[in-house]
Amino acid sequence: MRLLRCGDAAVLVEVEDLDQAMRLYAAANQHPSPGVVDLVPAARTLLIRIDPTATTPQAVADYVQGLRPVSGQRADQGESVLEVTYDGPDLGEVARLTGLAEQEVVDLHSEGRWTVAFTGFAPGFGYLVGGDDRLNVARRSQPRTKVPAGSVGLAGEFTGIYPRESPGGWQLIGHTRAALWDVDRDPPALLVPGTRVRFEAVG
Amino acid sequence: MASELEVVQTGVLTTVQDAGRPGLARLGVSGSGAADREAYALANRLVGNGGGAAAFEVTLGGLRLTVRGRVTIAVTGAPTSLTLDGRAVGTHCAVQVSDGAEVALGTPEVGLRTYLAVRGGVAVPPVLGSRSTDVLAGLGRPLQAGDVVPVGTATEREIPAVDVAPVPRPQGGDVELRVELGPRDEWFTTEAVRLLREEPFTVSSDSNRVGMRLEGPTLTRSRDDELPSEGTVPGALQVPADGQPVLFLADHPVTGGYPVIAVLVNKDLSRAAQARPGQRLRFRIVGKGS
Repeated sequence: MRLLRCGDAAVLVEVEDLDQAMRLYAAANQHPSPGVVDLVPAARTLLIRIDPTATTPQAVADYVQGLRPVSGQRADQGESVLEVTYDGPDLGEVARLTGLAEQEVVDLHSEGRWTVAFTGFAPGFGYLVGGDDRLNVARRSQPRTKVPAGSVGLAGEFTGIYPRESPGGWQLIGHTRAALWDVDRDPPALLVPGTRVRFEAVG
Repeated sequence: MASELEVVQTGVLTTVQDAGRPGLARLGVSGSGAADREAYALANRLVGNGGGAAAFEVTLGGLRLTVRGRVTIAVTGAPTSLTLDGRAVGTHCAVQVSDGAEVALGTPEVGLRTYLAVRGGVAVPPVLGSRSTDVLAGLGRPLQAGDVVPVGTATEREIPAVDVAPVPRPQGGDVELRVELGPRDEWFTTEAVRLLREEPFTVSSDSNRVGMRLEGPTLTRSRDDELPSEGTVPGALQVPADGQPVLFLADHPVTGGYPVIAVLVNKDLSRAAQARPGQRLRFRIVGKGS
């Protein structure tokens, strides 16, 4: 575990793998520390944001080192099936980067048994894992300033769907009409950590 | 009877902002809130509001309102003219406004964001616990001409007996900002860190509440693997593969996959939020590695 400086109002904890990140997140949730304002789990890290008037990065570092990771297993949050039209502007680039035919990219994505590992980036955005390794691709070298809502993308080991128009650097392979985020709905986010997701090619 | 503010003209962009909605990373929702938190907080104090009352954040001035009922306002942040029915009045102090008067902000010559607080607070319905407009998340929306905005009736304290609050004006010219290296400074060459420390970076026009795209020397990475997405903070200098950093502001994304070379010291965020396109930023490295 490494503790990295992230300005004077946060600490970034880096761990070995996703499972460790989830366990550390679970432990920090179970044993909150005063002055901690938010926790942001991710693939290899946990960001701990603090109120700099109430605590310090050093105090948080001490707290993290005292945490005992617990099981991060989440209860099954059910399944979502998302219809996708695989017409993304980067489908050709993904085929080129992976050495697969475009149809193979589509097949691997839609046959994958994906699960939401964690959320972030935007309201309703889930980072999905569990796809075929052959789909791992780098992000775009220059992010787009505008990615259309519903765009389905790939980056690294993840797939994800942009809930609304936003900047973004993922490789876009298709789009869905599903409402990933509805602030008036309960819960507002369709995908929460633990949701299983399948994609269905349509159109 | 509660007062109202009728929007006649919004200027370039006017949004409602308060202290934001921290603590919602699990929903993918950013903290948002006033980009220049100090100017916003001062405006509220001057009208005797509690710290979390909602105010208007006005980008490059131009806001015009018609007041319905009597209100007390205060204007802070990027300096602009303030007129009531065309008559100039002071900023950085509490101002009484009578029923039917038109309040108008001019255009600031320095700075970017002006705050207009009203005693009682701007009382639009909160979303996820805050009245802040988050342009990235699409929570709330910018003001439009014709909007009628209610003013709240809860007031926390007396209006302070101060003529004018003395505060440093936002700067024209180069803006010096203190940063701490990390969390991913190791992803960059020593030359990149030197360039960060020694060269100016210009705020491009491709900038908003999410972040400011900066133009300057290319910050080259020392490794070519992908960084797994990780949590980010306001004030982070995130560097996509093209080597041109983005300085995150209030509506920054909760996570990102481009490495962050340095993060602004929290106290300098307010000054960053006043830098205009065309202004140059100079980063001074403090803390470990300075």
